[in-house]
Order: sequence, then structure tokens, then C-alpha cells
Amino acid sequence: MRTLKFLLQKEFLQIIRDPAIFRILFIMPIIQLLILPLAADYEIKNINLGVVDHDRSAYSIKLVNKIIASGYFRLTDYSVSFQKSLHAIEQDRSDLVLEIPAQFERSLVKDNEATLFVAVNAINGVKAGLGGAYIQSILQDYNEEVRAQWIQYPRMDPQPTIEVRYSNWFNPNMNYRYFMVPGILVMLVTMIGSSFASNNIVREKEMGTIEQINVSPIRKMNFIIGKLVPFWILALTVLTIGLAIARLVYGIVPVGHYLTIYIFAGIYLLAILGLGLLLSTYAQTQQQSMLVSFFVTMIFNLLSGLYTPIESMPAWAQTITRFNPVSYFIDVMRMVVLKGSGLGDIRPHIVAMLGFAVFFNGWAILNYKKRSG
Amino acid sequence: MEKDKVITAKGLTKRFGDFIAVDAISFEVEKGEIFGFLGANGAGKTTAMRMLCGLSLPSSGEASVAGYDVYRQTELIKRSIGYMSQKFSLYEDLTVRENIRFYGGIYGLSDARIKEKTGLLLQQLHMEEQGNSLVRSLPLGWKQKLAFSIAIVHDPAIVFLDEPTGGVDPITRREFWSLIYAASDRGITVFVTTHYMDEAEYCHRVSIMVDGRIDALDTPERLMKEHDAASMDEVFLRLARKATRTGE
Repeated sequence: MRTLKFLLQKEFLQIIRDPAIFRILFIMPIIQLLILPLAADYEIKNINLGVVDHDRSAYSIKLVNKIIASGYFRLTDYSVSFQKSLHAIEQDRSDLVLEIPAQFERSLVKDNEATLFVAVNAINGVKAGLGGAYIQSILQDYNEEVRAQWIQYPRMDPQPTIEVRYSNWFNPNMNYRYFMVPGILVMLVTMIGSSFASNNIVREKEMGTIEQINVSPIRKMNFIIGKLVPFWILALTVLTIGLAIARLVYGIVPVGHYLTIYIFAGIYLLAILGLGLLLSTYAQTQQQSMLVSFFVTMIFNLLSGLYTPIESMPAWAQTITRFNPVSYFIDVMRMVVLKGSGLGDIRPHIVAMLGFAVFFNGWAILNYKKRSG
Repeated sequence: MEKDKVITAKGLTKRFGDFIAVDAISFEVEKGEIFGFLGANGAGKTTAMRMLCGLSLPSSGEASVAGYDVYRQTELIKRSIGYMSQKFSLYEDLTVRENIRFYGGIYGLSDARIKEKTGLLLQQLHMEEQGNSLVRSLPLGWKQKLAFSIAIVHDPAIVFLDEPTGGVDPITRREFWSLIYAASDRGITVFVTTHYMDEAEYCHRVSIMVDGRIDALDTPERLMKEHDAASMDEVFLRLARKATRTGE
């Protein structure tokens, strides 16, 4: 225990003396949390719309106005021919072209039907899909209006329609930041846990000080605990800073308890620090450890459900996410922050995380040898 | 085992695949002795030393250090030895005092003892004013002397020094050796590797390793006489030229 005291003292002194660590520790979370959630937004707005209006009638103008008024579209191109508007798509000036045929008003009034043509630039699949869907629902709405104006409805609609009404739970305004900020926080904590810790140990290898430790009677466990505790505390500090920013800047107040978040984060960090430790036992230089932990955390983050929902991944990728500790923490964060889940609700997550912690640390301890072969 | 033999090795061997780094070396070191462990680069000195310190597992042979077996009792060996590696191994981002405190602490010295040792050590090295400076800011020679003093801060039975004076100026090397003599006088056995043959002459006994084997082992005077040489330099060159292995 006394040895541990000396190890921790030394570790904290070194951390405090390293200006880079402090800068990264405070500036990284602030920048990431201030910039990323604002920039990384799933909601598609500002779809550039090109219109080819061959009709130029009151109806066609009304339709275009209605589309613009929805707020999702921006009229960026108004061409006389489809060829010209296609050219605008090629130049990336518009994402979607709506072609209104010459006889639009006439056929609508006379024949009770009209045809429109919509061409979508599908390079960005999400944008294309959503843009197409938006415009379709606007057109449908327009259609209803026209029908209401011209046709006397029969008492019984020959074609019954089912209208679906949505009610958004837990995030009623579908505020994207509520979803994103907790996830980004997890990413930050993970980076500090894995790369910082592993780099720190590898640095001792590079400096040669680890040899001095190995030749001393320090117990393996003491050395490892002495390395884990400081970074455990650092990562929880960053989490605290992050939660404060989330609250002050984004007004995100967890529906559940902060304590639930901290308890899970504590266990999660044991697993992630174990992973960092494991990486450090294999890496010989800081460069190696940086590259490997960069690679690992990138895969973890991409497969974590932070950016894309796990449910829409192919089955094999979903299987991988079950072995990804990051996905559990993101899940827990969103559950606690948005739904107010308690410890009982996240029990499976806690059990899984304890498993990760035992696995990574066990492997690392087996692989850390004071004596080489 | 006789009480005054602090290191004994019998047929100690280390193989890395087909390569035999240390080939069945046998020797004994007595308590309080300054034992020079010479050899060209790649002769196997460091590997042999690492086995004795419990940093590397021997492939075969026997050895005991401070009465403990190098296979099974490495943790006990580690309590009884000090070690200064080729690579400088103090924490550069800690101050002189903090380094003393840390290494004293992990060897189980009490706080009072650490305090006492710190004062003594700074005085001995004439570094009272540098106590609170970062080790990074010290000149190399000072760092080396400090590293040595810290390696024996817990008064070990034996201290292993792996080329402790590499890159150090002659004056500092002199001072360094006076520290070694002081330690030896206190009963600490010194096991030292070096490339400087004038330093070899400071040792009580020296062994010369060639291609993983010990080719000569005696006092410097007798070795010079035996090889009809005027200096240890000549003895060393005569023996080391036979080597078939080249540098590490």
C-alpha cells in the first residue's frame, strides 16, 4: 500500500508537470462538445431545389411557394428546360429538380389529374431519400388542398385513408443534440482512457525507466494500479467537464441520476483502461501505441452507434458491436440522459462491462512481465 | 554456499533461438568486491547482467545473487540489489528530491529515512542547491552520479552498473569512481561493466567476456602479468581480437 502511495504521487506529479496533458484535457472536450454537435446534424435542411416550370400558371407558382415555405428547401435554380436544370445538378447547385409540365393547371382543373416529375441527385443517399420523401408529402398535401377546393367530397370516402400521427417520446422536439452530446462525451472519455494510459506506460519503456521499475521489488499489481488510478480520475474529470458543458451550453439535464452515469462510467473506465494497458504491453514505442489505439478507437467509435444506428447495421456488424464497450456506454448515456433509466434498467450493460473489465485487465496483467523470456 | 560469496554463477547460459548470447559462464563475486565485467560490444555482458538481476530468465545453468536463486527467487533478489542501466533511468520530469523520494519509497524506506538519505545524498554530491531542480536540467555527469547514488539509496547488498560512465568526461568519471569506492567501503558489492580500460584497473577483479564466454578472470595486475602487457588495454585487445562476433 505504501508503495502505491509513492507510485501515485509520482504519477500525479508527472501529469501536472506535463502541460500538453492539461491542455488536451480541458481544451479537447470543450472544442469537441462545442463544435461537433452543432455541425454533425442528421436533420436535412437546406435541400437545394431546382424548378423547371413549363406551365407558369397560378397553380404551379402556388405549388412552388408551398414547397419553399416548408423550410426544408431552398430554391437555387429556376431553369427553362430540364436539360439546364440537370446541368445545375451536375454543378452541384441543386440536389433535386421538380419539373412541372406545360399543361399542369389545365389538366389539373379539367381532367382532375396531373403529372409531375421529380429528379433527385442520389449521391448523398440520406439527403436524396429524405428530400424525395419531403417533397412527396408536400405534394400530397397540395393534392388534398386542390381536391378540397374543386371536388365535393362524397359522404363516404370511396378510398378510406389511414393517417398516421406521431408522438415523439423522450426527445419530443427530436433535438439532435440531445442524442449526439452524450455520445460525444463517451468518445472523449474513451480516448483519454485508452490512448493516454497506454502512451504513458510506453513512454516509460522508451525512457528506460520501466527497466528500473522492473528491477525493483514493486509488485506488478501495484504498478498497474498506480498507472490506472490517475487516468481513471482524469477521465472522470473530463466527463464532469463534459456534463457541465452539456448542461450549461445545451441545457441537457439528464432525466436520470448523475450518479447512475458515474457508476457506469467508473466501471466502463476500468474496462477501457484495461484495454489501454493491454495495448501498452504490446507496443514498444509511443508511435506504435498511438497508431494502434487510434485504429482501435476509430473502429470502436464507428461501430458504436454514435453516428449510425446499430439496428440498421448488417447482422455481422451488429455482432461486432456486442464486443464493443463503447456501444454499451453510449447506450447507457442515452438511456440515462434521455429516458431516465436507473441502475436496474442498465443491469445487463453493467454485467457486460464488468466482463470487459475482467477480460482486458486479465489479459494485460498476464502479458505484462517484469522479466523477459 | 559460503557466506562471503554474494554472486555465484555456474554454467549460466542464455539462448535467443540459435544464438547463444551467454555461453555457460561460471564465476563468483565476493562481498564488498568491485567486480569489473568487461567485453566488447555484443559479447553478452548486458544479457548476463540482466539474468543476474532477474530481468531475463536464464536458458540453463545456475546462479544465485545475495543467496537467492535467479529462477525462483527473483523478487527477493530485487530487494537486495541496486541497478543502473545503460539507459539513463531517472524521471527527467521530476526534481532531484522527488526522484530520491520515489525510489526510496518503492524500496520501502520510511519517510524519516528518506528525508535523512536525501540530505546525505545531496551533500555527498554537492547538489544541495539543485535539490528542487528538474533532473532534465542537470548536466549528464551529474545525472549519472545521481543515478548511481539513487541506485544504492536502499543500501543493497550488490549494485549492478551497466556502463555507468558512458559519455562522461574524465573528471566526472574520477568522481564517479570515488563514489563507487565509497559504496564498496560500506560493504556494497559492485558489479560493473565498462569499456574504459583505465576503469578496469580500478576494479579488484575483472572478467573479460569474448563471444559469450568468460576468457579471463583475475586481478588486473595478474592479468597484465599473465599476458605480458603494460596495461589492461593491451590485455583486452589481445583477448577481444579473437572474437568472431561483431558489435550489437
